[in-house]
Amino acid sequence: MKMMMRHLKSTALAAVAAVSITAPALSHAADTIKVGVLHSLSGTMAISETTLKDTVLMLVDEQNKKGGLLGKKLEAVVVDPASNWPLFAEKARELISKEKVDVVFGCWTSVSRKSVLPVFEELNSILFYPVQYEGEESSKNVFYTGAAPNQQAVPAVDYLMNDLKVKRWVLAGTDYVYPRTTNKILEAYLKAKGVKDEDIMINYTPFGHSDWQSIVADIKKFGSAGKKTAVVSTINGDANVPFYKELGNQGISAEEIPVVAFSVGEEELSGIDTKPLVGHLAAWNYFMSVDSAANSDFIQSWHKFIKSDERVTNDPMEAHYIGFNMWVKAVEKAGTTDPAAVQEALIGVAVPNLSGGYAAMMPNHHISKPVLIGEIQEDGQFAVVWETPGTVVGDAWSDYLPGSKDLIADWRKPLSCGNYNVKTGKCSGQNF
Amino acid sequence: MTKRLTTLLCLCLLLAAPIASADPADLTTAFSLLGERSFTKKAEAIPLIANSGHPRARQLLSALLEGQLKQRKTDGRLVWVEQQGDTEVLLDPLTGAPLAEAEGGQFTRLTINNQMRVQLRNAIADMSLADADPAVRLAAVREMTGELDDERAAALERQLADESSSAVKAAIETALALRQLQSADDATRLAAIQQLGSSLEPQAQLRLTTLVESEESSPAVKRAAQESLRGIEQRKQLAALAETLFFGLSLGSVLVLAAIGLAITFGVMGVINMAHGELMMLGAYTTYVVQQLLPNQIGLSLALSIPAAFVVAGLVGVAIERGVIRFLYGRPLETLLATFGISLVLQQLVRTIFSPLNRTVATPEFMSGTLEINAALSLTLNRLYIFAFCLLVFAALVLVLKRTRLGLQVRAVSQNRAMARAMGVRSEWVDALTFGLGSGIAGVAGVALSQLTNVGPNLGQAYIIDSFMVVVFGGVGNLWGTLIAGLSLGVANKVLEPWAGAVLAKILVLVFIILFIQKRPRGLFPQKGRAVEA
Repeated sequence: MKMMMRHLKSTALAAVAAVSITAPALSHAADTIKVGVLHSLSGTMAISETTLKDTVLMLVDEQNKKGGLLGKKLEAVVVDPASNWPLFAEKARELISKEKVDVVFGCWTSVSRKSVLPVFEELNSILFYPVQYEGEESSKNVFYTGAAPNQQAVPAVDYLMNDLKVKRWVLAGTDYVYPRTTNKILEAYLKAKGVKDEDIMINYTPFGHSDWQSIVADIKKFGSAGKKTAVVSTINGDANVPFYKELGNQGISAEEIPVVAFSVGEEELSGIDTKPLVGHLAAWNYFMSVDSAANSDFIQSWHKFIKSDERVTNDPMEAHYIGFNMWVKAVEKAGTTDPAAVQEALIGVAVPNLSGGYAAMMPNHHISKPVLIGEIQEDGQFAVVWETPGTVVGDAWSDYLPGSKDLIADWRKPLSCGNYNVKTGKCSGQNF
Repeated sequence: MTKRLTTLLCLCLLLAAPIASADPADLTTAFSLLGERSFTKKAEAIPLIANSGHPRARQLLSALLEGQLKQRKTDGRLVWVEQQGDTEVLLDPLTGAPLAEAEGGQFTRLTINNQMRVQLRNAIADMSLADADPAVRLAAVREMTGELDDERAAALERQLADESSSAVKAAIETALALRQLQSADDATRLAAIQQLGSSLEPQAQLRLTTLVESEESSPAVKRAAQESLRGIEQRKQLAALAETLFFGLSLGSVLVLAAIGLAITFGVMGVINMAHGELMMLGAYTTYVVQQLLPNQIGLSLALSIPAAFVVAGLVGVAIERGVIRFLYGRPLETLLATFGISLVLQQLVRTIFSPLNRTVATPEFMSGTLEINAALSLTLNRLYIFAFCLLVFAALVLVLKRTRLGLQVRAVSQNRAMARAMGVRSEWVDALTFGLGSGIAGVAGVALSQLTNVGPNLGQAYIIDSFMVVVFGGVGNLWGTLIAGLSLGVANKVLEPWAGAVLAKILVLVFIILFIQKRPRGLFPQKGRAVEA
């Protein structure tokens, strides 16, 4: 008994000491739950990421109007990693260690995600990543609310092959990891479907490429071989505008050679003259033009929040919407914001998406999404021409790459592994 | 008298009514189909309209294709919205008569998809064969080429008999010959091959190739087809050569435009201005602002942007020179750092004022499309204009430097500052003006770039390295060197690109320049004489 008392006393003392040391931080953290926002507000990526920062601020605002979470108010902490990849890691550490945020919404490019990954794993926090990416990753600490290749690229190719009867393929991309990996998967997929080598043309261009004359001329030649040709474009951001302009100028219409893009959304279209793009395609999991009650509510509150009726919504915004609501639900389920508990609670959580269905968090930390294919219209919006009958579950490890087809990710106990090899029955030591 | 006329008119209308009455009925179903959400349902309306015989059927179909048909949100009524100058005019789709303002309300455009676009184009082509405008007829024949059925072939043959335009005639003959290639009769086939000759029509090469490869073709047909194919191949190679040259020159002209302002500030004054790209960006944003002020005169606003961009970028240039650079003459490293800082400041400034999103700069009608030389070679108009513009800017700059008082003073100061000052030249003043001139030219380059690429805060970064490359390669201080260097680098890049890929081509060009500078550190056209050490 005495022993017990002494033990209790020392614990209490230790606790008091701990409280007095961290008192300023604690007293602050006690009345709010902090939500970190890690999106570039300056530099190259500001064009895409600023909107996502505003989206998270809006979601936090709305949640607070609904009475907050666990009886506390939410507080957004915004930092600016300035499109600088090493700075992403520094800012992530600042958010988690100094600001003591409970969850982070952030990153756009794959390289920024790879840069913050070790930080999140070391400090065991939670990152919601809202952008379509190349897959081949599953981390305990990252929840991927954007599309994996099997939720965007592969269904788009299926649509072209089955509905538009495309026989020749141009895989055009910007020269970095996402297009390279996606094209590798697509190439393997096409070959598995019996497409011959000579019917596939792969082309990479540098970031911000602006002189597309010879590449478009090549595509035109490639497409005049008498078989229906399509371009599958993983061309990133800014380079798209001069590309489509050149297509229009050289007289290639969407009916002859359609281009299906994975990086062109409403936001990107709002900055350009859409005339040369009309009829070209994009594959996403959400379009602003989707007809559903949830979507029109979302658009309305977005316009109200951003104080402009002109602003558009896009796919990564929906991903944050889903991710945020999932996190809220998981925190309510776990009754705490402790990352370890929330990570566990997140798996299996289902929330409504904006296209009238539900998104569920899978054991591999990817979510289920419908795949939509839209044609670009003159007003910069998309008209949906095709969609998957149900939702598609995100696959972390592609089934079409030799290195990853035997891998699965399952973060439920007892497996708790991001890359479990089903053939050898081993979990490789890495978390990603 | 009038009364009688009116009665007559009424009578006529009455007589006409029963004949026409079948059509509007048809179009009502077509219109209600168009109002449906599903594209398959909408597509069913196209043949209904095409075959209705309604006098405005063709206009209706093109309006649908152009997105001029809109639907009122409240009751689903279809209207034809025509842009007349600044205002939108609502017309009745059936009669083309203007609708009263009271008929307004919220309208949504009827959306169509690619399959519908193909159908529409085909239907319009079928109806346009007898159009009065030869250009419309030519487009119609082109649309049909390669997709002839019996009915269309007969229609083309009828048209051929009383066709007046030779271009349309030739197109019809090609289209018919392509069809005859598939005939079973050897003589017809041979005649068709003869007719096609070395036609550059993409379909011709395709069908001739299948003819050569086919088992059932007779040796004579195969020989003739091979002959024909050889001719086509030769002409195509020529066209490809010309095309590469054009691509190269046009890329070169963009490089020259971007570099020529730098040739003044870096070449003549020796200032390493890392903010040069941002001055181009300012020029592009000026174009955007001018276009916002004159929303419906795209061509005029573009012309006005050129002087406006020159003034804006020039003034900013003078401010940079007076505010920063003049304290740093003779200290290139500090200048480099300071101007790099300025470039970041300018970028963030634009991001704050205009938002980080790209801005839309519209291309005027006369600059879009192509100049078609033949079926295998067509030059894009915007590139042609920019090439001409580049030469014009270059000529103007050379004139200013060689023929004006300012030019004389600039050259004097750059060759020997002390001597120029002794002769009464206000060298500080000349420095500011020279820097302003170089910056202004950068602004003008920005106007041209706004027609080719994104207008956004990062516009300048993409061109700064290329600009320095061109100036150094051409020989610092030599305008002609900049012109030759820019054009030749453009052509070299485009020659390499097809077999090396865009990424490798750029690397190869850079490697070449590094090697070249090793051999000739002063570039293609080094300055000679006393000016060298100034």
